[in-house]
Amino acid sequence: MSAPAPEAPLLEVRDLVKEFHVGGGLFGKPGVVRAVNGVSFTIRRGETLGLVGESGCGKTTTGRCILQLERPTRGEIVFEGRELTTLADAELRRVRRRMQVIFQDPYSSLNPRMTVGQIIAEPLAVHGIVPDRARREPRVQDLLRHVGLLPQHAHRYPHQLSGGQRQRVGVARALALEPSLIVCDEPVSALDVSIQAQIINLLEDLQAEFGLTYLFVAHDLSVVRHISDRVAVMYLGKIVELADRKSLYEDPLHPYTRALLSAVPIPDPALEAQRERIVLGGEVPSPLRPPSGCVFHPRCPIAVDRCRDEVPTLREIRPRHWAACLLA
Amino acid sequence: MANLLEVQSLVTQFVTRGGVVRAVDDVSWDVAEGETVALVGESGCGKSVSALSIMRLVAGPAGRIVSGRILFKGRDLLGLSEEEMRHVRGREIGMIFQEPMTSLNPVLTIGRQLTEGLEIHLGASPAAARRRAVELLGLVGIPDPAKRLSQYPHQFSGGMRQRMMIAMAIACDPALILADEPTTALDVTIQAQILELMKDLSRRLGVAMLIITHNLGVVARYADRVNVMYAGKIVERGTARALYANPRHPYTLGLLRSVPRLDEPERARLDPIDGQPPDLTRLPPGCAFAPRCAFRVERCTHEVPPLGAVGGDGHVSACWEIARLEQAAAR
Repeated sequence: MSAPAPEAPLLEVRDLVKEFHVGGGLFGKPGVVRAVNGVSFTIRRGETLGLVGESGCGKTTTGRCILQLERPTRGEIVFEGRELTTLADAELRRVRRRMQVIFQDPYSSLNPRMTVGQIIAEPLAVHGIVPDRARREPRVQDLLRHVGLLPQHAHRYPHQLSGGQRQRVGVARALALEPSLIVCDEPVSALDVSIQAQIINLLEDLQAEFGLTYLFVAHDLSVVRHISDRVAVMYLGKIVELADRKSLYEDPLHPYTRALLSAVPIPDPALEAQRERIVLGGEVPSPLRPPSGCVFHPRCPIAVDRCRDEVPTLREIRPRHWAACLLA
Repeated sequence: MANLLEVQSLVTQFVTRGGVVRAVDDVSWDVAEGETVALVGESGCGKSVSALSIMRLVAGPAGRIVSGRILFKGRDLLGLSEEEMRHVRGREIGMIFQEPMTSLNPVLTIGRQLTEGLEIHLGASPAAARRRAVELLGLVGIPDPAKRLSQYPHQFSGGMRQRMMIAMAIACDPALILADEPTTALDVTIQAQILELMKDLSRRLGVAMLIITHNLGVVARYADRVNVMYAGKIVERGTARALYANPRHPYTLGLLRSVPRLDEPERARLDPIDGQPPDLTRLPPGCAFAPRCAFRVERCTHEVPPLGAVGGDGHVSACWEIARLEQAAAR
């Protein structure tokens, strides 16, 4: 295996398409949902890319395709120099060690019948990293310490822990295999507000310590702004805007990004009273029957006639700032 | 303004294998006519149990209202018969829940779910109830209401279902609406739509609202007054403006400081609240927040601080170290 060139991105996603076949059963006609519709982006080593959008926009499916938990319908995923979509299972297993995932719900993503120690040690055994059982114990202790848990937590069961502690276990399990990429899928949205900041700080500390790269999938724009270097905004299976954090938040180009940002509540009544809010009409259309032209045009406050017919491409409108809008 | 709802020294407990959980622990607060009041706190703080207590829907035998009074229009709801209470629920107090899909009946049409209450509570004829149902759906912004009446909840999107819940809540022209996490299950852009709708309706119809939420940000724009709850007690209360501008309890201050804000410059690190949420079966003898509190002194570990005035317009806080907190908050 040849090492990738130093300046090559850690991950490159090219024209990713993922279709799901739905219906055809008792109810309704069969149809095809294109959950991800031609998504391309790269992530540099050590970087955090935020992927934001509302439910059904395809952000989670994109993450799952990268991890090969879903096999893409079309497109390429190049990770550490290797194209994953054509790899055989055995090879894929080796690559998977290098990419891990942290799920949203620490209640359902940990096996309730295993102790915390067993949960963290399992990947070490499965992947043959630490085949010797006796030597797994110190490694587990080491991981517990890194995520801010105590040695005695190894003997507890998930239900004996609080939500924040459970998410720390999820982080330790992801770290166990020393991955280079971690897909964080809404890692704090199920946690109490007072605990969210603890987990975000932990993720940032670990990134600095181990040089980790994150794909941070979330719907909370304030959290994404805090943690990301660059941000991609998705709507109905497509990236509508992609830019460095600063330019995206300070100078958004796509009307959907602007509406999303204006909908985020700010905990300050005086400020909120003066703030103008772009309330979008309607709802996200069904991906079974996406609108013609620009998929956002039925809800867009600035749409013109040609938005109904012409599909906007993601263009670099300013240096390093891409948007898919005919009017940008 | 007269008080529409007055909760006095309410205590609601649950008996569990781990011990007695004091979910709501001697709590008093009120809602004036036409006012929007928020009850804010994290999971397990007692905010939802407070709402269930008002509606007398605390699930027995494990849970029960131990003491206190809940005065609604001057009448103590805890003294009403079950029959009288049914008249209060839905007729005088409307309810909106977090998960519209689980609170709607999947096998009844939208129309039937709306007209049922109108027929039972107001004695409306089927034709009159139907006319009113169409009007209500229009009022909450559901397009093509006459056609929508014959549809089922699964044919509605999440946002539309929550609009439907709001239509049901206002159907009988109640004086108060209890909304328990009304927008938590919704997307950001839909959240904004629903909150704007609720605010607009409460103004136009003059209905008072109690919004229960874990998110301080959500209610900043909509609440007149805010109660912050922690471990079954109210730790701070004030007008929204005073409470957000001058938080006077370490927990409120911690909540506000721990979340990143879009209107602030980017921060290198967040300031979390240390520790874990409290175990309600093993609360410390003093202030329940003391184990996590940055301002803790010896007294906090054995003496529960009472709510005391910290500013005008009824701004109160339960903390022994207000003076030090004020200095720190000013920074």
